[in-house]
Amino acid sequence: MKVLVAVKRVIDYNVKVRVKPDESGVDLGNVKMSMNPFDEIAVEEAVRLKEAGKATEIVVVSVGPSQAQETLRTALAMGADRAILVQTDVETQSLGVAKALKALAEKEQPGLVILGKQAIDDDANQTGQMLAALLGWAQGTFASKVVPAEGPMGAGVAVTREIDGGLETVELKLPAVVTTDLRLNEPRYASLPNIMKARKKPLETVDAAALGVDLTPRLKTLKVAEPPKRAGGVKVGSVQELVAKLKTEARVI
Amino acid sequence: MTTLVIAEPSVEGVKVPTLTTLGAASKLGGDVHVLVIGQGIASVADATAQVAGVAKVLTADAAELAHGLAENVAPLVVGLVKAGGYSHVLAPSTTFGKNVAPRVAALLDVAQISDITGVESADTFTRPIYAGNAIATVQSSDPVKVATVRGTAFEAVAATGGSAAVEAVSGASDAGLSKFVSQEVSKSERPELTSARVIVSGGRGMQSGDNFPLLEALADKLGAAVGASRAAVDAGFVPNDYQVGQTGKIVAPELYIAVGISGAIQHLAGMKDSKVIVAINKDEEAPIFQIADYGLVADLFKAVPELTAEV
Ligand SMILES: Cc1cc2nc3c(=O)[nH]c(=O)nc-3n(C[C@H](O)[C@H](O)[C@H](O)COP(=O)(O)OP(=O)(O)OC[C@H]3O[C@@H](n4cnc5c(N)ncnc54)[C@H](O)[C@@H]3O)c2cc1C
Ligand SMILES: Nc1ncnc2c1ncn2[C@@H]1O[C@H](COP(=O)(O)O)[C@@H](O)[C@H]1O
Repeated sequence: MKVLVAVKRVIDYNVKVRVKPDESGVDLGNVKMSMNPFDEIAVEEAVRLKEAGKATEIVVVSVGPSQAQETLRTALAMGADRAILVQTDVETQSLGVAKALKALAEKEQPGLVILGKQAIDDDANQTGQMLAALLGWAQGTFASKVVPAEGPMGAGVAVTREIDGGLETVELKLPAVVTTDLRLNEPRYASLPNIMKARKKPLETVDAAALGVDLTPRLKTLKVAEPPKRAGGVKVGSVQELVAKLKTEARVI
Repeated sequence: MTTLVIAEPSVEGVKVPTLTTLGAASKLGGDVHVLVIGQGIASVADATAQVAGVAKVLTADAAELAHGLAENVAPLVVGLVKAGGYSHVLAPSTTFGKNVAPRVAALLDVAQISDITGVESADTFTRPIYAGNAIATVQSSDPVKVATVRGTAFEAVAATGGSAAVEAVSGASDAGLSKFVSQEVSKSERPELTSARVIVSGGRGMQSGDNFPLLEALADKLGAAVGASRAAVDAGFVPNDYQVGQTGKIVAPELYIAVGISGAIQHLAGMKDSKVIVAINKDEEAPIFQIADYGLVADLFKAVPELTAEV
């Protein structure tokens, strides 16, 4: 089974985000960019499936600017076999990305597509669900466990999902789309020899237009503003003082 | 202009996320219809018909919808949207809504606006991005606006006072793509995290799940829910559904007590809209103190039992 993994280049999760003074967006100049953390988990899961003999080839895909090649190289260093960059300089939005991934899925015919549950820049949490819809496939979102197995519907995968009330397990018919949650695995660090090897792995660049996909953003961002700031609080010296303040000042207990 | 609200599945009564989603819908103007899905949901549909401001309740009662599988729910919603000429489809930002709504949007070939926190006009919404470190105002030019609604950002509408008509809809079927296998639901007598008035949350500083009873004792005295940081969940102290944050639950209680939590941006993203924040941490430099209304620099193993005794 071939596995397709989608990886997005985003601002590193440790970076303190600054809104531009003209409110046109956030300042991405000179900030550290990394692979979206959920996508590291997605790559790791694919690599583990391959190590367990359940996957034969891992293809990683990113939709974005030429710098996203770095992100793809990281995925190759973690153990993916080859990479595809759908190059674009427009701001990517979930529906457009899902359409590009659909075009590639139709070409590559994977048994499983793994995405992160959420990109930590747009916090959209949509692309995997949209891709599954466009392909007419099953979706196992917010996965904390992924077990390929023969099921009642033939070749399938059992996915345990993190839901509001706890955990839920569903059986999906393959091919299917899975999105990763935090507890699925702990991604490995790429070793130096693997980083060297990754430089020689194939990385193909395609144009969105050549895939027949329109990436024009559907949502127009009118403004990006700072969130309201909380007024600073006080330190209290003892539990007694805390309780007194909560009772008489804040009146919440 | 008519809005279709997809109700949070329920076996009894109307769920709070449905009421807050209706709060957002009421800001759009126009009629509001609610779709109730599930199996054996007649009483839920009747309760939904009592909700203030609802013009019509559509009820899809079928075995295929019992577990809210997106593969079965989405085509039903799409059929209703196409037949009913809805201008907006809103779902709560719960794991149910987040799973289903994007599938609906893609089938309609429209964008989805995730986790809206404000309605500026019928086509313009605000939503947090970058873990709530920026608030975007976005406009959709799609014919149907599909959005998920952040519950903490809108007032719940009154659960009574309405008298909507209930109409059964057919057309549910099994897409044959997925099957429900099992569910492990954390059982608790305490209030639900997302609707609790008070929350006591523990982080890595708790050291072990065996120490969470310290927080539970405090929570029980305050009638509070118990939450956690990602670190506490990852370490296995508590189940995944306790996680508060950017990628967990978003909460905004009257009182949030953070115990042994450092205050990473991803955690703050989930709780910084709480009315009053208390932090108990032994490190006076911990970032949580920058947003706490009341900070207590102390060893939690001493401070929490004291606090439980005092309140
Ligand atoms: C993609 C991504 C998503 C994430 N999503 C979330 C999320 O949704 N929610 C979330 O919470 N995190 C999330 N995180 C993780 C986040 O970055 C932090 O790692 C996490 O919040 C830290 O948890 P903590 O504060 O419990 O642990 P730590 O940062 O280790 O802090 C522990 C604190 O306990 C204090 N302490 C220790 N012992 C005591 C004692 N005896 N008495 C008093 N205080 C004590 C310490 O001083 C310290 O401040 C995410 C990270 C990533 C990369
Ligand atoms: N531009 C992109 N290129 C590749 N994958 C993406 C892109 N945008 C989103 N994804 C994938 O979709 C997931 C969810 O993203 P989102 O729906 O934007 O929150 C991410 O974790 C990635 O796996």
